[in-house]
Amino acid sequence: MPAHHRTTAALVVLMVAAIAAVGPFVAAEAATMSAPGETAKCSFPKASDDDTISILGRICDRRDTPQTPVEGVTITVEDSEGNPVGEATTTADGTFDIPLPGTAVENLGKKYVVILDEDSLPEGAALADPGSVERDIQINLDNDFTVTFPVGELAGSSTGKLTQGLQLLVGGIVFSVLLAMAALGLSMIFGTTGLTNFAHGELITFGAFVVYFVDQIPGAFRVFGVEITVISALVVAFVVSGVFGWVNDAALWRPLRRRGTGVIAMMIVSIGLSIFLRSIYQFVGGASSRNYSQYSAVQPYEFGPLLVTPKEITVTVIGMAVLVAVSLLIQYTRLGKATRAVADNPALASSTGINVERVINVVWIGGAALAGLAGGLLGVTQGFNYQLGLKILLLVFAAVVLGGLGTIWGAIVGAFVIGIFVEVSTLFIPAELKYVGALIVLIIVLLIRPQGLLGRAQRVG
Amino acid sequence: MDWQSLFGLSLQQMIGPTAVIYCLAAIGLNVHFGYTGLLNFGQAGFMAVAAYTMTSFVTTWGLSLWLGLVVGLGVSVVLALLLGVPTLRLRADYLAIVTIAAAEIIRQTVGSASLVDYFGGQDGLTDFIADFRNLNPFSGEYGIPGLVEWRAYDWFVMVVGWIVVALSCLVVWALMRSPWGRVLKSIREDEDAVRSLGKNVYAYKMQSLVIGGLFGALAGFFTAFRSAAVGPSFFATDITFFAYTVLLIGGAARVFGPVVGSMILWFLLTFLGEFFAQATSGANPLIPTAIMTSNQASLMRFVFLGLGLMLLMIYRPQGIFGDRKELALDAR
Repeated sequence: MPAHHRTTAALVVLMVAAIAAVGPFVAAEAATMSAPGETAKCSFPKASDDDTISILGRICDRRDTPQTPVEGVTITVEDSEGNPVGEATTTADGTFDIPLPGTAVENLGKKYVVILDEDSLPEGAALADPGSVERDIQINLDNDFTVTFPVGELAGSSTGKLTQGLQLLVGGIVFSVLLAMAALGLSMIFGTTGLTNFAHGELITFGAFVVYFVDQIPGAFRVFGVEITVISALVVAFVVSGVFGWVNDAALWRPLRRRGTGVIAMMIVSIGLSIFLRSIYQFVGGASSRNYSQYSAVQPYEFGPLLVTPKEITVTVIGMAVLVAVSLLIQYTRLGKATRAVADNPALASSTGINVERVINVVWIGGAALAGLAGGLLGVTQGFNYQLGLKILLLVFAAVVLGGLGTIWGAIVGAFVIGIFVEVSTLFIPAELKYVGALIVLIIVLLIRPQGLLGRAQRVG
Repeated sequence: MDWQSLFGLSLQQMIGPTAVIYCLAAIGLNVHFGYTGLLNFGQAGFMAVAAYTMTSFVTTWGLSLWLGLVVGLGVSVVLALLLGVPTLRLRADYLAIVTIAAAEIIRQTVGSASLVDYFGGQDGLTDFIADFRNLNPFSGEYGIPGLVEWRAYDWFVMVVGWIVVALSCLVVWALMRSPWGRVLKSIREDEDAVRSLGKNVYAYKMQSLVIGGLFGALAGFFTAFRSAAVGPSFFATDITFFAYTVLLIGGAARVFGPVVGSMILWFLLTFLGEFFAQATSGANPLIPTAIMTSNQASLMRFVFLGLGLMLLMIYRPQGIFGDRKELALDAR
């Protein structure tokens, strides 16, 4: 009987969970009791499967290999009004466990702030990411919520910079992949139609919203027991964004091209479209930031000193696969070659028998689908609101101009340069100014090499 | 529907301090875009550097407001030179991207927590207004009783503001009927033809960028005067786009285009905002809550603004007063 099997399975799971929940405490107890001089292993706290929600976490000193737990750090949790709801001090294995008041269901959707008391850190230690003493979290799942505060060098010292740099590089690559998808769409549309589309950011936000609405459909999709709700929502977003791109072109841009509207006029039309769509998004979705049902809990894998979260791996794998596939299509298929030909010289391409309007059609569908997927994946990594696209639009522009406006490979190269620069530059400049650094790089590159990294040296003025 | 308050509020905004700010910003864009064909998408940046220079002179360094005002004008000239050098030799869209990027660099820098001691971070700067407020000769209320009224300070800002607008229009009119202005217009029409006549196109464009930026700086000063405060959110990218809408409503390359455009835009924006606010408020609203809540109602005016900007650009790019032949928009 299936029901019988299920009961047995549930029992086994319960037992495992119980052992897992008790295990760390026993182990930690043993470590402190038997060998006080030895350092305990820095392990993640195990989530418990009861009907209350706890904020779990650990504090590890990443300067040591293997990492050592930091004991005696005070952590407080406040609710969204700023009232403290719980406090804990890290134990010998660096972990803390703060149960939230109320049942799991009552806490769903609520927001909390987890605050680390910097004064309680041992001398010489500081957070690896200064300024991250506060974490805003939102309870979306009825599981325990895991927070980590990696402790590294006190800001200003040089050792540990390499590890920090590598960690930031990982984040930079994840961001670059998303940026590259968005930039590729913008650059292809610019290359084939001459339109500098200021509403491209809204194509990105569109994808994030589609993923959200599919995600909100009750029930979860599972394949072989693995939940793929968000991944299937991303596929839907990719397709629906493509349709949205086609609608954009067919309803607005194609008629404008037929009228012979100049590119500056079209640029200003795209600004109007951007304001229009953004207001609609806010009308529908409100101003608050949203997350998806999966991937919001952070329980990173460790690769040596580096921490990589499952969602970062998922996002990078999907993004890379799509980028490689699109690159191969552009490089080897007839349509891809036609696209490059139109981007290079529309008049010449048309005279060799290429159907330019059809290519533009495909480019709009493909470009919008890529932008929408990028938006959905950005929503997975950082959450989203109606301003998601607007906030990264300038970085997308920076990537495209850096690589060379209208060049297809340039957009990808530019996106990786900008994406990695944005993250790694936080080693030297405050994190709040990381976009500023990238935009300054854009201006400097224009000064030295206006055609961009991969653009041909031709007159652009 | 309370039509009297609807029209009263719309009238108040139509010639209120905010309309002055957008009018001045659009006069600057008129010099850039309307007369020279330069696509400056960073007018908010010019406003921000000028306003922040003036206010930080008083609040941060304890110097004179008027000295800050003069230095603010100087800083906006420097900004114009910095932006012009890399981009004025390039195609129009490069200037657009660089100026919009520069405006965002400025906004995020003055709003950053690391410079909070100088620029007040996200909260911005206050307590600089005394020297300006002490000049206010008005007291009591002004306007048409029962329909539209302004407080004495707002009235003062408006009076000074519209005088500055009038002088600015005079300057633009005088400049554009001079031989210098005719060179600017011919650069807009055909840059290569002007170059072949031996004119230094680059220098003319740079002068245009500087002068338009100075009007942007004036808009920045009035932003600070109106609110008696400055903050990073006062200089968001959308401010520039609203100023473009103002310019395109009135008609680019027309001296009074920005004035008329600003009045119309602020009348319509307030009218729509107030209309939807009233239509969704109360126990039995005109528009059912299921369709639109009062929060959503406040967004309707921006939906219309975006739509309006698109339709205007498509069907009547010359605005109300413009000449379609004079504004043959094309990328160069």
